[in-house]
Amino acid sequence: MTDLTQSAALSRSEPEAVPALRPGLIAKYVFILLWSAFVVFPFLWALTTSFKDANGVTNGATWLPWIQYRPSTQGWSSLFGGAGGTDITRPYLNSIAVTLGASVISITLGTLAAYGLSRFTFRFGWMRNADITFFFISQRIMPPIVLAIPFFLMLQALGLLDTLAGLILVYVALLMPIAVWVMVDFFNSIPRGLDEMAWMDGCDPVTTFVRVILPNALPGLVVAGMFCVIFGWNDFFFAFTLTFTKTQLLPVAIVALNSSVTPWWALSASALISIAPLVLLAFLVERFLSKGGLAGAVR
Amino acid sequence: MYRQKYLFLLPGLIALTAIILFPLIFTIRVSFSGWDVYNPGLSWAGVKNYVRLFEDTRYWSALSRLSLLAISTVLIQYVLGFALALMVWKDVHARRFFRVLFLVPMMTTPVIMSVIWRTIFHESLGPLNPLLDAIVLGGQPWLSSPGWAFAAVMIVEIWQWTPFMFLLLLAGLLSLPSEPYLAAKIDGAGPVRTFFSVTFPGLAAISVGALLIRLIEASKILDTVYVLTSGGPGEATETASYYIYIRGLRDFQIGYSAALSITYLVIMIVALTIIAKLMVRFLVKGQS
Repeated sequence: MTDLTQSAALSRSEPEAVPALRPGLIAKYVFILLWSAFVVFPFLWALTTSFKDANGVTNGATWLPWIQYRPSTQGWSSLFGGAGGTDITRPYLNSIAVTLGASVISITLGTLAAYGLSRFTFRFGWMRNADITFFFISQRIMPPIVLAIPFFLMLQALGLLDTLAGLILVYVALLMPIAVWVMVDFFNSIPRGLDEMAWMDGCDPVTTFVRVILPNALPGLVVAGMFCVIFGWNDFFFAFTLTFTKTQLLPVAIVALNSSVTPWWALSASALISIAPLVLLAFLVERFLSKGGLAGAVR
Repeated sequence: MYRQKYLFLLPGLIALTAIILFPLIFTIRVSFSGWDVYNPGLSWAGVKNYVRLFEDTRYWSALSRLSLLAISTVLIQYVLGFALALMVWKDVHARRFFRVLFLVPMMTTPVIMSVIWRTIFHESLGPLNPLLDAIVLGGQPWLSSPGWAFAAVMIVEIWQWTPFMFLLLLAGLLSLPSEPYLAAKIDGAGPVRTFFSVTFPGLAAISVGALLIRLIEASKILDTVYVLTSGGPGEATETASYYIYIRGLRDFQIGYSAALSITYLVIMIVALTIIAKLMVRFLVKGQS
């Protein structure tokens, strides 16, 4: 197996020799820098706005603290119960609980199903493996708005409205298709010979899966986990329609700030602190990308 | 021993079916009812909702607006994402830094960034108009004129999701074998020729996948519109999802919004299937 991955890694190494367009080189850097500016623009604006107070905001668009406006820490202190904002500690913990809970369940169930679909043949009526895989993945097509009202009534009937458990249940349906999609492709790229060897040694399928396949599937699990965390953490609509005040998630708490007289400083500070954990995830994604770990998983 | 195979598949399959199937069947049933604020419950109203829907011009214009928004932003994301991926593929200083930077917007919560974008587009207090004035393009009534509001939604969508295209295409580029490039160099092919004969065909399959995933996600646009423009001014940025949201959760016309939802879902599935078939035929022909 190590031989296989190594040779795969070798053939995937970045090709060296493609002639660069000399005259285009400046244009290339200009384009890269312009796009970088576009990318960081909202973050820089949010950062500078988070240190303003009412005066700083109503004086128009300013960027430089001390020079153009008097900095204030009002925005940041309001995050933890200070005046003019909303305490986001609870929503933060709620978001972490729902994202992690739903991701772990989705990846567990999704990985098991993906392994089954990759290694065994199933038939339910007219449905074969490819159809079952498509059934899983196709759930992503479902617009949230179609499900919102039935979900509301379903959770109400189960007594799970406005609870963490209810949200986790709904998010599992949202995230499991992603886990299945990534993992089926990944398992298909692991040679079946590996399973057969374990079976010949007398392992049953479950032991084979846990002891032999799972350790080899770690890169795929990381990718699936990343996508689940991104889509779970960033969802707004279900958190918005299925909870009221008891179980607020972060995006809902922040959008609620937007409705009344908007305290831009508190808004900016809370926005920055809630996107921070996933921005760090970008570094992890890039490391995987450079090692070629994503290529197998996204094909 | 092969009995155990069901242990793998069934837990996930049953869980997903249970969570999704009930809402779907329920929505279909509700779409044939007159459920609204005055008559809650599953009374039988026949196809009344579906008849009404065909005469609802606001719904059909929301659908065509959504198609325009989804197709145009996804194509722009694809072109930009491809260009960015090519640029930080190799021979660039600090390429790992730029790769991370270009991925960041995709990691951020769309509604939260939309809240920030709303302050950026603010006509008198936001930073965008002074900037445009400075480079003599002139400020615009971003969120209060129909055309500019639509453009604002497009800009936010492009900012948020170009990284997704970038990620998939860069992963594809990094997994391309190097032999064809050597061959192209030996044959004396220039960069443009090399791109169209080697790079682009090598990424055709992943392009189709990336475009389809983005089209599926873009066809559901709701969060951004909800925060940024609330569908306005007027109905200038109202997408299908947002219109159904208004009918269902604002006006509480549950039966009618269910009919809208089912129609929307069917149209989406049909349209995306056709697009997928066409793309596979024209982009991946001759390959696996």
